[in-house]
Amino acid sequence: MQGNEACAEGALAAGLSFFAGYPITPSSEIAEILSQRLPRIGGRFIQMEDEIASMGAVIGASLVGVKAMTATSGPGFSLKQENIGYAAIAEIPCVIVNVMRGGPSTGLPTLPSQGDVMQARWGSHGDHPVIVLAPYSVRETFELTVRAFNLAEQYRVPVILLMDEIVGHVNEKVRLPHPSEIEIIDRQKPMVSPEDYLPYCQTEDDIPPMANFGEGYRYHVTGLCHDETGFPTNDPAKINSLLRRINRKIERYRDDIIEVAELELGDAEIGVVAYGSTARSARRAVIMAREEGIKVGLLRPVTLWPFPEEQVTKLADQVKRIIVPEMNLGQVAQLVKCSAEGKTKVVPLTRVDGEPISPQQILDLLKK
Amino acid sequence: MGFRYEVRLSGSGGQGLILVGKVLAEAAAIYDDKNATQSQSYGPEARGGASRSEVIISDEDIDYPKATNIDLLLALTQESCDKYYKDLKDGGILLVDSEYVTQLPRGNFRNYKVPISEIARSQVGKVLVANIVALGIITELSGVVSREAVESAILSRVPKGTEELNLKAFRVGLEKGKALKEKD
Repeated sequence: MQGNEACAEGALAAGLSFFAGYPITPSSEIAEILSQRLPRIGGRFIQMEDEIASMGAVIGASLVGVKAMTATSGPGFSLKQENIGYAAIAEIPCVIVNVMRGGPSTGLPTLPSQGDVMQARWGSHGDHPVIVLAPYSVRETFELTVRAFNLAEQYRVPVILLMDEIVGHVNEKVRLPHPSEIEIIDRQKPMVSPEDYLPYCQTEDDIPPMANFGEGYRYHVTGLCHDETGFPTNDPAKINSLLRRINRKIERYRDDIIEVAELELGDAEIGVVAYGSTARSARRAVIMAREEGIKVGLLRPVTLWPFPEEQVTKLADQVKRIIVPEMNLGQVAQLVKCSAEGKTKVVPLTRVDGEPISPQQILDLLKK
Repeated sequence: MGFRYEVRLSGSGGQGLILVGKVLAEAAAIYDDKNATQSQSYGPEARGGASRSEVIISDEDIDYPKATNIDLLLALTQESCDKYYKDLKDGGILLVDSEYVTQLPRGNFRNYKVPISEIARSQVGKVLVANIVALGIITELSGVVSREAVESAILSRVPKGTEELNLKAFRVGLEKGKALKEKD
């Protein structure tokens, strides 16, 4: 099975019933598969006129209470940014898949890249919450797609599944979990009557319950800063409370949201921080280096945003240097440098020619 | 490190190399119960342009899914042969379509010049299935997957209505591969 297929299967397992999109390489298989599967289970697939409209349709679908997703790449992800910001401020759960290809602009439609790490976090303007997950295998693509829906529902945020062309197109053998083994989280619905419902009230957990449109709860949804009723406001206190709450929602649950994988870190003297398909090369390089007696370990951020700062700081305390291979010009290397706080040397290993970073390239740097 | 066998299928877009890669990987992974990955690299064109598909077969988990030290290289165009033979390992198998690849590289390779397209045209009746003829030859020469596994994978992957044609192409390829091995 291919990574893109696993993404579609994971979405269906998580309860997806609405997909809107505009096909684009290398994400098209996701739309193709869902266009066949969704109608058969009573769901809806719609190819919109462009990516902006697709993202709008996903937001609308989520407001009536269904699990909704879109999938895109490169230029399409750029177009979706404004509505991702809308989903963030209006607190509408949704999943956006971006199978990264080479950029900027139309760039390299068929070739791999990891150039959208910063865009995934900051592509939409203003201080806004998003969660970004980066799978490194076909099996993990399935798991993280399910998790993306769960996080979106739990925290009422847009969640971005940041794949890359290699993970999206690689075919490998997977054993998918039985539906009974899959944990599904659904959004909290209001316990109060429609008359008493405040759609954006301050709750103890910072996550207001969400009513489905069409079930008697009538409320206002806007991209403008709003008060507890959902209507626009210019009151500084209310604006402050809204913006701090929607961002705090992610910060206070960092420990639940952040997931990292570790390999051979116990006695490591050199650290490698790698994610997505590059972590596959890094894993091989670590195994090869260990055979040559080099004490090296791998820290793999599975959650890219919020960035696992504490884990990297801890690694920086332990090792003499950290190597960060990635298919961009050092986007995560910068984050690692910040988290390392000068405690250790951070060495970027960058590549932007449409070819993956090979294990040998990483090994050569480890030996230097 | 355990067993790792690397195959690169190269040529131009539209020759069906990605399909062959998927069939080979599925045969190894699903029907022969080994581990296998298939990945690909191609240009933005629907037809033409350099295209390659890579299959890694192993008895352990495969992390890096790309070929770097190739056991078997299939080249259907002169351009792909010139570009990729450098990654072929010492003593590796080089299989080319002799109709399109006339210049073979120097090096310690096991070279097989086979008129693959011509065989598809004259013995199967459709040049379209040259990719599956090549798959038959590869199955014999590499010995890395079983014939039955590849047949099952072909049936699961090729378009409905073309099963017999593809199986015929595969068997013609197997026969050719067997003959080549006997000559060695």
